[in-house]
Amino acid sequence: MADDDKKKPDGEATVPEGPRPPVEARTEENLVDPPERQYAEPRKVLRQKVAPEPPTTGHSWDGIEEYDNPMPRWWLWTFYITIAWAVIYWILYPAWPMVSQATPGILGHSTRGDVAREIEDFETRNAAWFERLVATEVAQLREEAELERFAVQAGRAVFAAQCSQCHGAGAQGVQAGGFPSLLDDQWLWGGTLEEIHRTIAHGVRNEDDPDARWSEMPAFGAEGLLDEDEIDQVVEYVLAMSGQSHDADLAALGAEVFDWNCAACHMDDGSGNTDLGAPALNNQIWQYGGDRDTIRQTIYFSRFGVMPAFSERLRESDIRAVAVYVHQLGGGQ
Amino acid sequence: MSEQTTPPSLYAAREPVFPRRVSGRFRTMKWWLVGVMLGIYYITPWIRWDRGPAMPDQAVLIDLANRRFFFFFIEIWPHEFYFVAGLLIMAGLGLFLFTSALGRVWCGYACPQTVWTDLFIQTERWIEGDRNARVRNWNAPWGLRKARIYLTKWTVWLLIAVATGGAWVFYFTDAPTLLRDLVTLQAHPIAWTTIGILTATTFFFGGFFREQVCIYACPWPRIQAAMMDEDTLTIAYRDWRGEPRGKLRQGKLDPNQGDCIDCMACVNVCPMGIDIRDGQQLACITCGLCIDACDEVMDRIGKPRGLIGYLALSDEIHEKEGKPPISVWRHVFRPRTVLYSVLWGGVGIGLIALLLMRTDLDMSVAQVRNPLFVTMSDGSVRNAYEVRIRNMHHDARDFTLSLDAPVPMILDLEGTAGETVTIAPDEMFNQRVYLIAPADSPAATAQRTDVTLRAIEPVSGQVVAVETLFNGRGN
Repeated sequence: MADDDKKKPDGEATVPEGPRPPVEARTEENLVDPPERQYAEPRKVLRQKVAPEPPTTGHSWDGIEEYDNPMPRWWLWTFYITIAWAVIYWILYPAWPMVSQATPGILGHSTRGDVAREIEDFETRNAAWFERLVATEVAQLREEAELERFAVQAGRAVFAAQCSQCHGAGAQGVQAGGFPSLLDDQWLWGGTLEEIHRTIAHGVRNEDDPDARWSEMPAFGAEGLLDEDEIDQVVEYVLAMSGQSHDADLAALGAEVFDWNCAACHMDDGSGNTDLGAPALNNQIWQYGGDRDTIRQTIYFSRFGVMPAFSERLRESDIRAVAVYVHQLGGGQ
Repeated sequence: MSEQTTPPSLYAAREPVFPRRVSGRFRTMKWWLVGVMLGIYYITPWIRWDRGPAMPDQAVLIDLANRRFFFFFIEIWPHEFYFVAGLLIMAGLGLFLFTSALGRVWCGYACPQTVWTDLFIQTERWIEGDRNARVRNWNAPWGLRKARIYLTKWTVWLLIAVATGGAWVFYFTDAPTLLRDLVTLQAHPIAWTTIGILTATTFFFGGFFREQVCIYACPWPRIQAAMMDEDTLTIAYRDWRGEPRGKLRQGKLDPNQGDCIDCMACVNVCPMGIDIRDGQQLACITCGLCIDACDEVMDRIGKPRGLIGYLALSDEIHEKEGKPPISVWRHVFRPRTVLYSVLWGGVGIGLIALLLMRTDLDMSVAQVRNPLFVTMSDGSVRNAYEVRIRNMHHDARDFTLSLDAPVPMILDLEGTAGETVTIAPDEMFNQRVYLIAPADSPAATAQRTDVTLRAIEPVSGQVVAVETLFNGRGN
């Protein structure tokens, strides 16, 4: 098949036989001026009969006319294909908005369904981890590095969705709303993994869960248990206890009021009691604020912070994960 | 409407190109280059390199799943991507250098489009024959013979295309494992998809699209034109020597005519289907095949070689005035190319220096800024930091964290009693770290204090230090 390989190059007539003639030296006489460069003719275009005057659309702007050239074929076909594509799409996928919902499409596709499928996919992939979370003793959840790492990552997501609304994205709490910080070393109801887990599962002071944390400080002023003077005295005593500036005379009187009315829950030295949800008063951390006015308001009207029982909203594995997450934020005991 | 006229067609069909076979210096060099480059491409993924039991033993591996790039003794982590950026800058400067000195050498000799088109044309030549046979087949009506020839040709092309795409995937995963998976049809769908896409593009680009890639699709010819100057060597026709062109009469050259005998050899061998005698043009990839073709003809008619040759624009002016030619070295070594070489070498030396100074320990510290600080029950102020330590070593190692602060401060690690962490081989480790300033100490009351965290690897003595801030109550 490759017989014509040996043929001479196209157009070449003959090749002189024998020794090559000597190369002619270039002299002034045989030097020829090169012509202007010849550029390839667009042969096809030249051969074609050119219409004398291409048709125009008849539009004319300042003497500039618009040619009525046809659409390029490739463009036109692409356009037809997009039309066909659109029709096929309408049949296969949800497309036309109707009164209550769009036409469903015969593939039964829905973006909500995609999300549900994706969530399910991750659930199945993490199922073994969730099982391990539930099977492990709560106090032991941080013992195994791999399980802890999973719990922290899962707990971070749960915290962002369920807890950050009150406790803040960084878990620093909101003092104005009485939402405690989860970062520091003071806990109302205890800071071990088990205590944190129980608080999350059953909540604080809610009626839905019989196991909810429940503390009830009387409204000493509003209910008339203490008179105004006694309240002033005990406020000064609490200020003294936490190392703030105070009136020493009033505080000395307030010590007695404190012993009779407060020490049962807050302890004699004001160190608090996590079994009763009574916060420590002898340190620098205040859930609602530690200035004179706020303390007075707290004693006068009391505070009733609440937290939902998350055992009704979350699975046990999620509660355990978020307990681990909170525990490793810096305050865990 | 008085008269119906047909408007001129706006569409020009592709004129198929059937390059004739040629032999000579450039053709031989091109075959060697094709051999070497394809050899590198196919052999590289199969070279083994022992990195210990836990690590892949492939010398060159782009491990996307584990985010590692292995190149013999070098192992690049994602945070060291600047090495890749440096290599890309070198590649760019290298292209500038080669283009300003030698014109479109990339296009003519090294571009995959050129290499694979060469391969496909050679295949075509083996199956169908040379130019004339191929033109005959092309023009022949469809029949059994044409179908047989074309199907054979397409099949061989397809096999080359599969081999092309098939070799590519070996760079991204362990080659022997993947080959076994491919043979037993158990390979990952991504491998099949990649092979499929590359097979289709190779088959189409090498077999059918060919020179149109360079003329219509590739931006590089346009960019290169801006980087060439009057000293850039490129392929040119010496029209002052060749014109006026004319045929041989009885085997003799008319003394009034130039050296070009209009034999069309240069046009017939051109894979781009152009006439180099029209001058420099966008479609010319400077593959050098017309030089070989013309030299062969010049030898036969007893004229000196070089009617078509590597030439710079400044040569043209020079030669027309009858002056001796400028040496190639003067074209190549000039301020512009020297500057490019110096820049190229500078980046290269910089990268090598970085590589030599690189430690297999790295630490990054991200301060937790929500909240900026936490007040503890005893009034002390605590800041939290997310510390990431990368153990880029093939053994597990211990790292001891230490703190360098101008005022009293305590370092504490979450969940760990001491200050030492053990990190598995080739792992990144996250550790929450606390700095605690005692109540009413300078750092606790100040707005901010500059501190330095260090990770020390006791065995090798490697240290990495990261500067960060401590936020106090002054905020």
